[in-house]
Amino acid sequence: MTTSPTEQHATDPDERRDGTSATRYVAGKVGGALVSLVFVVALGFFLFRMIPGDPLVTMTRERPTDPEQLAHLRERLGLDRPVWQQFLDYVAGLLQGDFGTSYMYRRPVGDMIAERVWPTVLLVGTATVLAVLLGLWLGVRAAWRRGGTFDRTQTGIALALWSMPQFWLGLLLLIATQGVFPSRGMTSVDPPDGFAAQALDVAWHLTLPCLTLLLVIYAQYMLVMRSSLLEEMGADYLRTARAKGLRDDLVRRRHAVPNALLPTMTLIFLQFGMVVSGTVTVEAVFSWPGLGLLTYESLRGPDLPVLQGVFVILAGSVIVMNLLADLLYRVVDPRVRAS
Amino acid sequence: MRIVRPRRGRAVLAALLTPLLVAGPLAPTAAAQESDDGDSSVLRVALVQEIDHLNPFTASFSSSAMIGRMTWEFMTPPSADDATPTEGVASEWESSEDGLTWTYTINPDVTWSDGEDVTSEDVKFTFEKIMNDPVAAEANGSYVENFEKVTAPDEDTVKVRTSEPQASMTALDIPIVPEHIWSDVEDFSDPKTDTLDYVGVGSGPFVITDHQPNRFVKLEANEHFWRGDVAVDELQFIRFENADAAVSALQSGEVDFVNRLTPAQFETLKGSDGITTNSANGRRFSELMINPGAKTQDGKRIGNGHPALRDEQVRRAIAYAIDPKTLVDRVLGGYGQLPGGLVPPIYDTFHYEPSEEDKYTHDPARANRLLDEAGYEKGPDGVRRDENGDPLELRLTGRSSEDFDVRAADFVAGWLGDVGIRVTKNLASDNQVDEQTTAANYDLALSGWGTNPDPDYILAKQTCDALPTSEGNSTSSAFFCDPAYDKLYRQQLAEMDTDERAKLVKQAQELYYRAAPSVVIGYEQALEAYRSDRWDGFPRQPKGEGVIMEQTGYWGFAGAEPVEGGAGGGMPTGAWVAIGAVALIVVAGGGTMLARRKGSAEDRE
Repeated sequence: MTTSPTEQHATDPDERRDGTSATRYVAGKVGGALVSLVFVVALGFFLFRMIPGDPLVTMTRERPTDPEQLAHLRERLGLDRPVWQQFLDYVAGLLQGDFGTSYMYRRPVGDMIAERVWPTVLLVGTATVLAVLLGLWLGVRAAWRRGGTFDRTQTGIALALWSMPQFWLGLLLLIATQGVFPSRGMTSVDPPDGFAAQALDVAWHLTLPCLTLLLVIYAQYMLVMRSSLLEEMGADYLRTARAKGLRDDLVRRRHAVPNALLPTMTLIFLQFGMVVSGTVTVEAVFSWPGLGLLTYESLRGPDLPVLQGVFVILAGSVIVMNLLADLLYRVVDPRVRAS
Repeated sequence: MRIVRPRRGRAVLAALLTPLLVAGPLAPTAAAQESDDGDSSVLRVALVQEIDHLNPFTASFSSSAMIGRMTWEFMTPPSADDATPTEGVASEWESSEDGLTWTYTINPDVTWSDGEDVTSEDVKFTFEKIMNDPVAAEANGSYVENFEKVTAPDEDTVKVRTSEPQASMTALDIPIVPEHIWSDVEDFSDPKTDTLDYVGVGSGPFVITDHQPNRFVKLEANEHFWRGDVAVDELQFIRFENADAAVSALQSGEVDFVNRLTPAQFETLKGSDGITTNSANGRRFSELMINPGAKTQDGKRIGNGHPALRDEQVRRAIAYAIDPKTLVDRVLGGYGQLPGGLVPPIYDTFHYEPSEEDKYTHDPARANRLLDEAGYEKGPDGVRRDENGDPLELRLTGRSSEDFDVRAADFVAGWLGDVGIRVTKNLASDNQVDEQTTAANYDLALSGWGTNPDPDYILAKQTCDALPTSEGNSTSSAFFCDPAYDKLYRQQLAEMDTDERAKLVKQAQELYYRAAPSVVIGYEQALEAYRSDRWDGFPRQPKGEGVIMEQTGYWGFAGAEPVEGGAGGGMPTGAWVAIGAVALIVVAGGGTMLARRKGSAEDRE
């Protein structure tokens, strides 16, 4: 069944029940995602093999080591085997949900990633939610009075913060707050008793890394929101809405903003998918025990199994988030469903 | 309608403020709890390196080894005063006439932290595990390489028979573990060997009580410690990924001790209230490697070092072109000692100080003369030419992450340019540099090593046996190989008389110094700082001039004393004021914004 794109089907309830086209759409998107995932697995393996450096050199640096010890280590890590064989082992492991064992810590990579996921989700999640709220709010207001003082100052501030290196801003905040907030980690070394106190402890530790991330990333939401709203500003339906006698902010809230939200939504999903890329430096500054820090530490080895594991998980999450965005688009935007 | 909208605005503001407000009630909780615990006797140390394992058989990283030193006593640990062997698990030790059998008498005072006696069987167990199980040999295998047989004729005696005489038998850097805890371990790489069930029993001044990988390690004073009471009730090593954050934590009182500071960080902390800094003569040297034409053990040439550097004359010329004093003063900020041999001056007995005549000082005239003699004439552009008329051009490899390398590379390139050698800088990541230098793909490279109280480790790295094997495993630091050096090396290892041995060790260093496969360009000082308003009395190793943290021993932290009436940890006084101020600014700012927005919305209507 096909529909003409010019017809407005947004209000047609039958469209939502249209099984065939929806299934085909979903199947196509899921298939594409699976192909990307396979590609990511292979890329992850060979990409990190190209990092210079011998893990053995890092592991034995400045320790008296004799050649037998080195040979034994090489054998234990499987580094004495041909690359193609290492790859097959790796793929076979992945199929069974086994990400391999860390060179440095000799622990299953799956476990290491599992314990690092939640700190990162907490940090990036909180920062993203706050950045979205702040960005949208500022973006809408800046666009509504385009060229005004608010627009000019807020856009300027946002761009200035956006262009700051995260580690630098993080260190500045750390120095500026003079020990008001902890400088490392997610919990105190001696955590308080009781759930509430522990939650507060985490929040206390979360403040600076979250603030750093928030300040750097909110600009993108603000600017995307601002420009998409500007595009809608001249639209006829807004004039109609005003002609109906609606107050200015109602026009904005009920008519302009919902229509301008779509590009921002894509951005939010992409951001959630790319959790680690944004947090490597922030996590490294504040020793936040998340995936970014794990990546940073592992690059030094290089601890190849960990890097591969994190890469697959992260690339996988970008793919899944993109898939979700695609699927949600269909629900939210009638034009996607129609085409 | 007008009532609803500001509320929504406030909700956004509230969300933004949450972390700040949430932090408020927490801060006093945390501070109070710390003081309840008797905060003054918790020594918090920032750890800027990772810990791989606590299991002493597999713990390779230097930070892991340091924690091992706090936990397990060694046979004959290097003393606090001058790093010479002193009583530990062994109270007496002697070698046989032929130097092949060493007899250690077990110190009757040493007990395990669970109350059991330390016996000769524990020592035998530890050594034999490392000798027979390649997994257990991962960290300390090289020390027992030469061991033939370990016996325990009675509870208080251990005899070790070596295949060749080995003077470094009083410098075995091996933590002795309790047999009754470790005897059931089949696989020493099993993650359970990193748990408290195994690493929780020791004989050192502290016992490990908690470990959160990559967050912290907590140790408590070992009440059975044989040297007596330790004033530090709890010792915490807290992991910092970022050294600047650790410095900031020291300033705010979140930690009590920070080491591995850069000169810039050190200068910042110097003179701060309540903070004492320590610039310690250390056991590290910085060197400029000069590829002498690397070969494998079978004599196969490897790497792509410049052929001109195979000539000792050229290497010596390079050494004379360099000005170590400028490097120490300008690059190390004065926090370093002028160079000599491979063993740094803190190990006075074995340190080689070249004569004025031999010493590589900044002497461009001599460098030019040597290069002229070697047949590299200067071309019209001031760059020297080899016999084919090609310009003498060398690569200088260094770590872009190291401030020292980045800055020293500029100086070195300038000095070599002055004597007609064109230098291209090649600053790369640590891993890249490691890869290039282990594969001998360098002409000149900036590097550095930490040394041990016993010179054997650093000397062994320069023997022909250390060169890469056919499988590519190498322990050589500069691809040096000279039979005359090897002979001296073997002689010193077999010499049991310290004075005689020192002579041989110095001769070996002299030979290396003249051949210049690498030149030491300075001994970096270790820079440390601590909260002297809370802790003091840290013994330094060696006495008066050395380090507190990362000693070859436990003296520094085991000897620390709390300062009477010292300031408590946790939140600094200004913290609450700051929280209040920030909250106020945000609320005020938000309020103004809301008011303005409301106003303008009304205007429009």
